[in-house]
Amino acid sequence: MRADPVVTTVNLVKIYQNGGVPVPAVRGVDLRVERGEFVAIMGPSGSGKSTLIHMLGGLDPRTSGEIWLDGKRADTLGESAWALLRRKKIGFVFQFFNLVANMTVADNVELPALLAGASPREARERRERLLDALGLTGCADAAPAQLAGGEQQRVALARALANRPSLLLADEPTGNLDSRNTRDVLKLLGEVHRDGQTIIMVTHDARVASLADRVVSLLDGQIVDDGAVAAPRRRPRGTAGDVVELRG
Amino acid sequence: MRLFLLALLAKEPAHGYELKQALEQIFGSAYPSPNIGQIYVTLGRLEKDGLVRAVDVEQSNRPNKKVYYLTAAGREALDAWADEPTEGPRVRDEFFMKLVLAPMTGVADRMALINRQRRHYLSIMRDLNGLAERTAPEDRVALLLIEGAMLHLQADLDWLERCQEDLS
Ligand SMILES: Nc1ncnc2c1ncn2[C@@H]1O[C@H](COP(=O)(O)OP(=O)(O)OP(=O)(O)O)[C@@H](O)[C@H]1O
Ligand SMILES: [Mg+2]
Repeated sequence: MRADPVVTTVNLVKIYQNGGVPVPAVRGVDLRVERGEFVAIMGPSGSGKSTLIHMLGGLDPRTSGEIWLDGKRADTLGESAWALLRRKKIGFVFQFFNLVANMTVADNVELPALLAGASPREARERRERLLDALGLTGCADAAPAQLAGGEQQRVALARALANRPSLLLADEPTGNLDSRNTRDVLKLLGEVHRDGQTIIMVTHDARVASLADRVVSLLDGQIVDDGAVAAPRRRPRGTAGDVVELRG
Repeated sequence: MRLFLLALLAKEPAHGYELKQALEQIFGSAYPSPNIGQIYVTLGRLEKDGLVRAVDVEQSNRPNKKVYYLTAAGREALDAWADEPTEGPRVRDEFFMKLVLAPMTGVADRMALINRQRRHYLSIMRDLNGLAERTAPEDRVALLLIEGAMLHLQADLDWLERCQEDLS
């Protein structure tokens, strides 16, 4: 028997009410993500990417349709059941960070691991490793508000990975990063992916998306394309000089 | 290549092979290694245009070699090149033409064209990622060139997204 997909949605719909006016944000999404897959979600602003990923993490209730996680129906769960699910197996990176303002960076990152039942020592070691991988060791004792946007964003990623979630849901995790920091994030995500964790990531960053196994494109709340990023078609051992031809 | 060679000769007179080596040394893997024949052809044209001149230098037990140096006119051409803004990259309009024209003639569906193009760009981006990984960190010039290519590609993708929003 095949393992259940990590995520399945069936005709998933979200309609916001804006002063009595219905705003359809997600309009009938059927998505199936297998264990260990790295899926990038792309699409213009307002196409429903954040709405979709929030629903997958139980942070926003669906209007209609179904969500299944690891073969279990999830859209019918209550808030506390969702909270438990997130604690156990979902890491979430918000587009706008959502760090706890009155806790240090270190505590922000350790908290989810502690909540998930890790020992203080495990939580600390994991936090140190994550902050180090993201070039944030020097920020451990700072308050989130003292950090630059790109630093807060990396802290948010570290926090999401602290409890080794089997499913990482990330909303634009590199949106505020320069290319050097993006490289650190990509490296960490590569490790996470190789470890077999499933990643669903909203991104505008083509560099990030190109590393995914699959790219799902949204437009007006619907999937308009869903497929693998083709393997490189050129000979594998190019030099940077080939870039000149590549662009020609 | 004309102006690159003039720039190198502004530093010091050199013969063809030295110019080839200098280009390779400066650009490392960032530039396709120029072929020596191409360099001699270009030098010949520059000489004909009066921008460089060659002197024969005798070598013991070898044929003379030609050492090239910059003329005043060459210097002027080089200054003019340095002073003017460089033409920016043009929008790659072949795809855009296809996008606008194809549906009119029923050749292809716009959404399908855009989706295919997006996948194509992303696969190029994947190549560039691999290339950046294989490039030594000391090779700054090459890494900058790769980063430039990535940023252009990102712009192409953003534009594709705009086309998808507005044309579909
Ligand atoms: N809480 C809300 N109340 C009402 N409308 C909302 C709400 N959240 C989102 N929307 C609307 O739903 C649509 C989809 O929004 P969403 O945030 O999912 O887009 P997005 O693809 O994440 O965009 P971006 O790339 O800008 O982050 C938009 O039209 C937005 O205005
Ligand atoms: Mg969003």
